[in-house]
Amino acid sequence: MKKWIFVSLSFLALAGCSSSATWGWYVIDPTTASGWTNVKFLISGIGDTILISVIAAVISIFLGLVVALPGLSDRWGIRMINRVYVEFIRSIPLLPMLFWVFYGLPIVFQSIGLNVPIDPFWGAIITLALSDSAFTAEIYRAGIQSIAKGQTEAAQTIGLNYIQTMRYVILPQAIRRILPPLANQFIYIVKMSAFASVIGMQELTRRANELVVTEYRPLEIYTLLIFEYLVLVLIISAGVRWLERRMGADERG
Amino acid sequence: MAETAIELVGVNKWYGTFHVLKDINLSIRTGEKVVICGPSGSGKSTVVRCINRLEEHQKGTIRVDGTELTNDPQSVAAIRSEVGMVFQQFNLFPHLTVLENLTLGPIKARGMSRADAEARAMHYLERVHIPDQAKKRPGQLSGGQQQRVAIARSLCMEPRVLLFDEPTSALDPEMISEVLDVMIELAEEGMTMVCVTHEMGFARKVADNMVFMDAGEIVEQGPPAEFFGSPRSPRCQKFLSQILQH
Repeated sequence: MKKWIFVSLSFLALAGCSSSATWGWYVIDPTTASGWTNVKFLISGIGDTILISVIAAVISIFLGLVVALPGLSDRWGIRMINRVYVEFIRSIPLLPMLFWVFYGLPIVFQSIGLNVPIDPFWGAIITLALSDSAFTAEIYRAGIQSIAKGQTEAAQTIGLNYIQTMRYVILPQAIRRILPPLANQFIYIVKMSAFASVIGMQELTRRANELVVTEYRPLEIYTLLIFEYLVLVLIISAGVRWLERRMGADERG
Repeated sequence: MAETAIELVGVNKWYGTFHVLKDINLSIRTGEKVVICGPSGSGKSTVVRCINRLEEHQKGTIRVDGTELTNDPQSVAAIRSEVGMVFQQFNLFPHLTVLENLTLGPIKARGMSRADAEARAMHYLERVHIPDQAKKRPGQLSGGQQQRVAIARSLCMEPRVLLFDEPTSALDPEMISEVLDVMIELAEEGMTMVCVTHEMGFARKVADNMVFMDAGEIVEQGPPAEFFGSPRSPRCQKFLSQILQH
């Protein structure tokens, strides 16, 4: 299997180096001056991709917890807040939500007398965070529910209030079960950040699109783009596995 | 006559349409030891769990030290600060050390300094005879040791009443006595105790009042000598003959 991947990749590379009219790897050949300029232009979008993803993920992690907690209430009315939010947000495709936030939200702000412009950077972050928060909320809810009820009861009998019970008893135990699916969601955010290209954010995908327009070499440029995301995701995966191991080593019984 | 520590008057509770507690009347004096027994599903755990609001009763009144238990969070907090609880499944916090299990309540709920809380925790660990386990995690201890840690954890809150919900039912037989010994010591020191248990040897030794429950009601109660010697109701006679057979 590995051998075949190697062979087919080598073929792709060799074919690209040939003078065949169907290949044009020269556009991203770093040994030539123009190729190197192109590669630098493409890769330099990675900063914005990472920045958008990380900020959106951090917001989503907090927002998700805030949304998850009412979902764990004994009271029907409070649980409904969680259900309505999750079902509503989860049902909106990312692209329409992006349009709504970027083009629509400023009008909502204006109508209530606020002049809050939304640039592509924050438009993308708000959309990704909102859309992802419905999923992180479900992850938190499942993780917290997996901790035995007796833990909450024991915390109550020693006088801890709700926030203290969550902070010192439930979340430290739930986090090991929450972390792997949260990492999954982070990878999802990184990939979905490509949609920010549509509203003009100069991240990885937007730069690839722009270069394709001038160079007219979609195959080569988009191939590089895919590998950029691959490398990014592999780095995140390695980081998460390291984190899980560290937390696992801490845990006994 | 000592003052009343806990008073239940006409307490009723339903799970949906299922009537779990039927007109429970029970009065417990300060320093009194009450043992509640009965077949499973009789509502004995539910009575104990209602006293510190792990379950809500729907009718009747529950008073602890004169404070009535209502939906007001302050009344719940006030009563929980007077009432400690020991669970069948121990419910220790597995991610914390034994010492941290004991100091969490005093530090976070009572605002004690860490040093004071640790001194108090060590004092109670000595009382349950396991001061040398302070730095371990609950998972590294035997069941009997875990339950003694759980008792020490309740004692660290210095409650006026301790509730025990089948404290030895999840233990291997050889560990039951080490937990009962600790409970007997507590009883001798004058702690007010309400125990749901099937340990009739323990009950004979420490109980001031035996309560027999069946199908959600208190069928019979009285001092142990009378209770074991001449139970009046047929249901209680049958229950005792079943559990005392061996």
